[in-house]
Amino acid sequence: MRQRGLLMIGVAFIAVYCLAPFYWMIVSSLKSNPLLDQALYPKHPTLLNFREVFSGENNFQYALRNSVIIAGLTTIVALLIGVFASYALARLQFRGKKLVLGAVLATAMFPLIALLTPLFQLFTDLHLIDTYPPMIVSDISFTLPLAIYVLTTFFSEMPWELEMAAKVDGATPGQAFRKVIIPLAAPGVFTSAIIVFIAAWNEFLIAYTMTSTLKAQPVTVAIAKFTGVSRFEQPFGTIMAAGVLVTIPLVLMVLFFQRRIVAGLTAGGVKG
Amino acid sequence: MATETVRRPARVRRGGPVRTSEGRRAEARLAFRLLIPAGIVLLVIIAYPVVRAIWLSLYNDNRFGTSHFIGLRNYTRAFTGTGSDDFWSAFSFTTLLTLVTMVFELVIGFGMALIMNKAFRGRGLIRASVLVPWAIPTAVSAQLWLWNFNPNGVINQVFHTSFIWTGSHWPSFWAIVIADVWKTAPFIALLVLAGLQIIPNEIYEAAKVDGATALQSFRRITLPLVKSAVIVAVLFRMLDVLRIFDLPFIMTNGANGTETLSTIAYKESIQQIHPSYGSTLSTITFFYIIVAAFVVNLIARADVVKSAGGGVK
Repeated sequence: MRQRGLLMIGVAFIAVYCLAPFYWMIVSSLKSNPLLDQALYPKHPTLLNFREVFSGENNFQYALRNSVIIAGLTTIVALLIGVFASYALARLQFRGKKLVLGAVLATAMFPLIALLTPLFQLFTDLHLIDTYPPMIVSDISFTLPLAIYVLTTFFSEMPWELEMAAKVDGATPGQAFRKVIIPLAAPGVFTSAIIVFIAAWNEFLIAYTMTSTLKAQPVTVAIAKFTGVSRFEQPFGTIMAAGVLVTIPLVLMVLFFQRRIVAGLTAGGVKG
Repeated sequence: MATETVRRPARVRRGGPVRTSEGRRAEARLAFRLLIPAGIVLLVIIAYPVVRAIWLSLYNDNRFGTSHFIGLRNYTRAFTGTGSDDFWSAFSFTTLLTLVTMVFELVIGFGMALIMNKAFRGRGLIRASVLVPWAIPTAVSAQLWLWNFNPNGVINQVFHTSFIWTGSHWPSFWAIVIADVWKTAPFIALLVLAGLQIIPNEIYEAAKVDGATALQSFRRITLPLVKSAVIVAVLFRMLDVLRIFDLPFIMTNGANGTETLSTIAYKESIQQIHPSYGSTLSTITFFYIIVAAFVVNLIARADVVKSAGGGVK
């Protein structure tokens, strides 16, 4: 069927579009001299660039540590605060609900740069530059609305009546909560955590502003400041290697949880 | 006796909680209490800086002395004064970037969504690969595309061109457009796909029975029904691109007229330590975004109302 053939070409196009640059990043990271060697695959793959990433010049392990701590703490805080608000928005009826939802969405409109100058001044005065708190606090500005948005979507679709049914069947409120609500809510909360974590992990501007050394710089900033194997050339090999290291865990997470992530990101848009 | 009021019975919904009027008030109180933590956090972290930034913008920068209140002089400096060249250059660059990337993202994303909507094997794999660009940090993809647009890089190789992509204005513009569209068209595809999947197949079948061509089905069935999903996608993306920072900063550092509103605001506030003028630029950006969102919303609403009204005879 000709239509089937066209469809397959379209599918192939999508796959190449999305994955080719990523493939190229991996391939470039495995070449010893990517600037001069432009073949489509590494003829003599080498881990030279990956070694250089962790070398004394770059010390990428500190940046990785920083990213994990910053994104992790931000996610925990955003979700902790967000679940309460999302429960109210998803489950309870009250006047002005639409207004609150609109306000949460509106906070997504704020350009980070508008928040950054005063926050930078504040943290400079508090001598907190190049530590974790400024970044975590600033990241909350966009991760909290995101968490509320995604959690509300998931909570709206949960079959809450099951809790009532459990109580009718004789469970105590505590049991109903532990045995019914928590298992029901867990996937939604977990997916929201992933989405928020990725958003915080990818953040660049706040991190670039609030840090100056590897004491607190996350990977997004550290990569921008790399030196390479040879000091006289642009360190593209090392940069690509670092990029691969940073992206692989995210891609794996996304591969495993793609169905849920897509549901969390898009359902709100459809409901309008 | 005759004036005895009858108490109205509580509304009972099947399968849902019983909501008496007292119950409703208690519910509202609980909701209020649950919303307070998030409300306070957002107020402190967002409202305070924004208000303070506006306040700062009304003063002048004085690194070594005290700042004086100068009213709107910073704004006139940006719009018509010594800063206006840089400001309007960044303004027009950002606006053009937004318009162009949105067109490409919509077209490519919509096309991807249409393809993904057809059932085929390996659909889960495709959906997963579509999320890959979204998962890659923008800072990393900026490095990747900077690498691709290197004069010896893969783009020049594949297309047999020899531009110095990040070395002059229009090649840089297109390099940034391509890098941004690559990352976000798949995201738009997901949003549109969600809208497409709601349309039941029977509508298309009925149309086919009535003799509609594929193009007619697309225009009369698909487009109107995905409108809300597309509008949400457009709105989110537009707000994102107007604030764009990572890509231009990393790929060109604003050279050759590729400064965006966010990059100049950043450079003034943080790099050159002019918090007042920088706050002016960021406040202008902030209001620009609000106006843009408002306008798009109006256009979208008007469109929806028009098409809804057209169905009523």
